[in-house]
Amino acid sequence: MSAVVAEHEHDEHHDHGPQKGLLRWVITTNHKDIGTLYLVFSLAMFFIGGAMAMIIRAELFEPGMQFVDPQFFNSMTTMHALVMVFGAVMPAFVGLANWMIPMMIGAPDMALPRMNNMSFWMLVAGVLLLASTLFMEGGAPASGWTLYPPLVLQTGAALPFAIFSVHLLGISSIMGAINIIATIFNMRAPAMTLMKMPLFVWTWLITAFLLIAIMPVFAGAVTMLLTDRFFDTSFFDAAGGGDPVLYQHIFWFFGHPEVYVMILPTFGVASTIIPVFARKPLFGYSSMVYATASIAFLSFIVWAHHMFTVGMPVAGELYFMYATMLIAIPTGVKVFNWTATMWKGSMTFETPMLFSIAFVVLFTIGGFTGLMMSIAPSDFQYHDTYFIVAHFHYTLVPASVFILMAAGYYWLPKWTGNMYNERIGKLHFWLSAVSVNILFFPQHFLGLAGMPRRIPDYAVQFADWNMISSIGGFIFGISQLLFLYIVIDTIKGGTGEKATDEVWEDAHKHGLEWTLPSPPPYHTFTTPPATVPTEHI
Amino acid sequence: MSTNNAYYVPHKATWPVVGTAGLVIMLAGFANHLNGSPMGSAWMILGLVVFIIMLTGWFTLQAGESESGMYNTQVGISYRMGMMWFIFSEIMFFGVFFGTLWYTRNLSVPWLGGEGIGQATKELLWPSFDAVWPTNGPANVGGEFEPMGAWGLPFLNTLILLTSGVTCTWAHHGLLAKKRDQLIKGLVATVALGFLFVACQAYEYHEAYSEMGLTLGSGIYGSTFFMLTGFHGFHVCVGAIILSVVLFRSWRGHFKPENHFAFEAAAWYWHFVDVVWLGLFVFVYLM
Repeated sequence: MSAVVAEHEHDEHHDHGPQKGLLRWVITTNHKDIGTLYLVFSLAMFFIGGAMAMIIRAELFEPGMQFVDPQFFNSMTTMHALVMVFGAVMPAFVGLANWMIPMMIGAPDMALPRMNNMSFWMLVAGVLLLASTLFMEGGAPASGWTLYPPLVLQTGAALPFAIFSVHLLGISSIMGAINIIATIFNMRAPAMTLMKMPLFVWTWLITAFLLIAIMPVFAGAVTMLLTDRFFDTSFFDAAGGGDPVLYQHIFWFFGHPEVYVMILPTFGVASTIIPVFARKPLFGYSSMVYATASIAFLSFIVWAHHMFTVGMPVAGELYFMYATMLIAIPTGVKVFNWTATMWKGSMTFETPMLFSIAFVVLFTIGGFTGLMMSIAPSDFQYHDTYFIVAHFHYTLVPASVFILMAAGYYWLPKWTGNMYNERIGKLHFWLSAVSVNILFFPQHFLGLAGMPRRIPDYAVQFADWNMISSIGGFIFGISQLLFLYIVIDTIKGGTGEKATDEVWEDAHKHGLEWTLPSPPPYHTFTTPPATVPTEHI
Repeated sequence: MSTNNAYYVPHKATWPVVGTAGLVIMLAGFANHLNGSPMGSAWMILGLVVFIIMLTGWFTLQAGESESGMYNTQVGISYRMGMMWFIFSEIMFFGVFFGTLWYTRNLSVPWLGGEGIGQATKELLWPSFDAVWPTNGPANVGGEFEPMGAWGLPFLNTLILLTSGVTCTWAHHGLLAKKRDQLIKGLVATVALGFLFVACQAYEYHEAYSEMGLTLGSGIYGSTFFMLTGFHGFHVCVGAIILSVVLFRSWRGHFKPENHFAFEAAAWYWHFVDVVWLGLFVFVYLM
């Protein structure tokens, strides 16, 4: 392993700092700059995707058609999902990875800095291509984010743009993932052995493997959509010997690991934050690592539980049902470990910890509804109803999004050198935690009563819960502006209180990033640290 | 190999944004072209040109840096890991199309013929369909066609690619033993065999379209045949171009026995393409 960073610069010697002006952000290879780009971009997408969700909830506030036509409504559900998954949650975690992994493992930068820059701009290009479809003849894709044929093949001018957007996003993710794997395997400080790595690093290592394995699969699936539409192939057309269900199999072979791409780094951040505020080591560090790996492995062999009602052979239904139930075991290990970490800890409840505790509780609810739906015969009732909408929003919003908020509060003082406003932070938490339940909990009832998903209008018996859900949605949406305010305020100086190096009490015992100044200099760990903290283990 | 013990971190990178711009212009142009816009193909070509300029510029930069000893062993490991995981992603990409072939041959086509869960499908939709591979489906999509045999040109192509794998390794031994002559000859042979393979494949496609009635539109058989062999052929082209660059660099005196990542990466890629072909020969042509 290397000792120091080379400062090769042909034209300007001793240029250690960032480029002046806006061009800095275009041509940067610095992991902190690129991390910031990813995080800012994902925050913007979070609000754009959120605005789409507000349109959906406004239309569903009352029965009947209020604001938008059904085609546009379906475009909104599709684009909301695609923007949130590929534009907000995934890039936010890549941003955290960029910022934190080199600092957590004592590396000078990411292993492949130029490719790092490219993976960010590919993401921007992909999202721009996707967003452009909103203004096209025939509207944006309206088939749902799963892009099932034959429905998706009826999309207008938007179809090839949406498909190429998926290709670009895939290239971006693969490049980002390769970079993360190379960084973790090749750039660790000598003392940072694999089983001393913070769990955020471990979960990202495994997530990166998932990404490299699945993004090409999605690319292949949408390529077949493209050729079916424009080049006369019959992959998904039974008349030519193909099968539309084949698309669903390929999509979910991608899609199931994909949802774990969004949840595994979530687990990693939670496992990083909870021990610090419980002032205890993480309970069962190695079991957390093995549980993450088990979940990742299982994610590849359970995909067809998304298609129980499609008409599979019974043997397939049974296999996918039992395999899916197995996931509850490693996930249960994790929830147990987080709880045991807090047990008898001397806990304090700063905003990052509040979001993390809410994550443990609310993610468990989302996990249990997942278990309910893994039972194939029961799923015939739940399938494509609001129950599934409630389920996956519980695993994404009060889980991934809450943990992203927690990560923001946890590391903002490190990134900016300023403390955020704790009172507004707590207000943001309580408004979010209450309204998210008002928003999504009633959707369980709607689903069990039979309200289908992806419809702009509904029967009057669903009116009350929809109205409550929409009210929760509006409160949740507005509350997130507080987060935006806090981020901007903290960058500008926050409370005026300067953050210490370790920010949180004894945090330097848990992670290398807290041994650095706040904010850290442009280049960190140009020489690897001699010792690494082990309190998190 | 440099004596430099530092991990090289470049400070500015302009090629990534250029490449991204090229790619997005190319894809947006292609999408417009597919939608029937007359200017689409022009934009597509412009984007491709920008993308090729980026590749040339970026790789020239990297080759120069490598030759001037800026990359130490650790940087080399990052590059090797990057290439290995890139090839893994390619394996998954081909896996989709092999999986599609497997699924249609073993599940969905038999179901269309009335097996298992397909009983009602057959009776209600296409009672006269006889599910035998190769097929263009119950609606006889694309009309009558003749399937591609294995023992003519495809077998010759197998021999060509396998030989090119041997010549590539022979060139590598030449590089390691500092036998420059062997290195150059081996690479010339590999590149020539690679392009010969592509030429044979082009001839095979021509035969399929003009003589056998076998097209991309020939139902699921035509779809899987051309998708798998087409993507593979594209990868052979890319691999041969990469090897040409490696040949050019070898001719210019680049690479040392202990430091020749570009050669290794090209060779790995070439062997990967080779193995994919063996899979194609067995599952597409032979079975």
